[in-house]
Amino acid sequence: MQVIKTENLTKYYGKARGIIALDLSVQQGECFGFIGPNGAGKSTTIRTLLGLISPTSGTASVLGKNIITEKQDILRETGYLPSEAVFYSGMRVKDILRLSADLRGKDCSKEAAVLCERLDLDTSRKADELSFGNRKKVAIVCALQSNPQLLILDEPTGGLDPLMQHEFFEIIRERNKNGTTVFISSHILSEVQNNCTRAAVIREGRIIACDNVDALGRSNAKRVSVSGEIDISGLDGIKDLSTAERSFSFLYSGDMNTLLQRLSQGKVSDLSISEPDLEEIFLHYYEKKGGAV
Amino acid sequence: MTILKHELRLGRKAWIIWSASVSFLLIVTIFLFPEMKGEMDNISSMFSDMGSFSAAFGMDKMNFGTLIGYYAVECGNVLGLGGAFFASLCAAAILCREEKERTAEFLLTHPVSRVRIISEKLMAVLIQVLAMNLIVYVLCIGSMAAVGESIPWKEVSLLHLAFLIMQIELCGICFGISAFMRKGSIGVGLGITFILYFMNLISNITEKAKGLKYITPFAYCDGSTVVTDLKLDAAKIAIGMTFCAAGIAVAYLKYTKKDIR
Repeated sequence: MQVIKTENLTKYYGKARGIIALDLSVQQGECFGFIGPNGAGKSTTIRTLLGLISPTSGTASVLGKNIITEKQDILRETGYLPSEAVFYSGMRVKDILRLSADLRGKDCSKEAAVLCERLDLDTSRKADELSFGNRKKVAIVCALQSNPQLLILDEPTGGLDPLMQHEFFEIIRERNKNGTTVFISSHILSEVQNNCTRAAVIREGRIIACDNVDALGRSNAKRVSVSGEIDISGLDGIKDLSTAERSFSFLYSGDMNTLLQRLSQGKVSDLSISEPDLEEIFLHYYEKKGGAV
Repeated sequence: MTILKHELRLGRKAWIIWSASVSFLLIVTIFLFPEMKGEMDNISSMFSDMGSFSAAFGMDKMNFGTLIGYYAVECGNVLGLGGAFFASLCAAAILCREEKERTAEFLLTHPVSRVRIISEKLMAVLIQVLAMNLIVYVLCIGSMAAVGESIPWKEVSLLHLAFLIMQIELCGICFGISAFMRKGSIGVGLGITFILYFMNLISNITEKAKGLKYITPFAYCDGSTVVTDLKLDAAKIAIGMTFCAAGIAVAYLKYTKKDIR
């Protein structure tokens, strides 16, 4: 079953671009990454799927239900973690959690207690007094406490310290293992690389790549780090060059024989040629003139 | 009724402050009456000499020497304006609260329909307005009894009913406007109330502006007219309720289709 499916989904804010002809498909039980920088259209996509904004054109369904006509049914089974967790002023954490559960018409107190314990969240404090990270924890509990079938997480780890990030992804992996579909929107590549099986890359409102995370990370380019007395000037296919004293590091997508010939002409004291990580590839997806590496 | 309860909880402080302020001012006014009663003959003749200023506030028709004459004018100023401000501010802020305070992603990503949100928020506004008016009414009646005056039940009740209807009309209009707002709402609430209040003052001063009486809700709760006629102007109220219903209908039409940012 396709838990999220969009066809030609387009959203314009007046004349301003939101998303353009978005085709997306997320299968049941998947942990799907949605990668893109700020302003690329990630939040617009999510807000459209959740019915906060209406699409200009195109269609979309979530959990097999139409995002316009069956919005409530979708929201009943969807937990959403916004990138910025903001709550009503003056409310205590426990009141916010109860309000969220009441709006779902469920008693989530047991699950909420477990999640608060794991995330080390004090429910007696007022939300106004909480740090950004602690407010994020409240939003996490709100999203997870009803055990939804689908989790939509927008920039989920912003504000969380590394230990909490670890615990958070531990919880997400457990949920995913139990059948929950997870949709993670992020600009932190390692989050997607470490937790998702498939991912889509969005740039300027359009999906420019969608594949397995491993396949997205695979490319013709190699990360080359070399030290010694060598001359790499004039070589074609060099990008992201950084130089230090007698050492160079660059992404190389040119002819490998040419590179090796050039290196053999000099004196190499150290050499490493490796796969670039997703972060490096991601940067190249976003080079305006570059495209894929 | 989760949203209704939540809204009542959010509005509790403002409701207490407004109810206490309006009640306090009216109670003070009533307790001042016995002391001022003796001097009212001079004051009444002074007001009758002030021409259009007196007419603007309906003081040319009232006998300040009687409790109801005195109360109709003072009540018009305190409950008329105070209640109107509270109703307008409350209604103008309620539908755009989530966008203004950036809590929309919390409320609207829960499985509640927009129609339910609008309906429960509207109920919350009306309950707050009704509760404030009830408290004020009971305290005013109690104060009149406390100062030993005989209570002009019909006049006072009609006056308070007129103010309640006026506040409900303002609620409907401001509620509709709130559906279009994203940020500030205080200015809108205050602005609308002021404009409608001054429309009534102008229509009291000059014959040329009599038509304004059919636009402003302050016209049908003009204390001097209500107390003198001992009835409410059904035509003006019907027009007012049409504005109110239109405001509420607009709120439903707009908010159910609105892009929430």
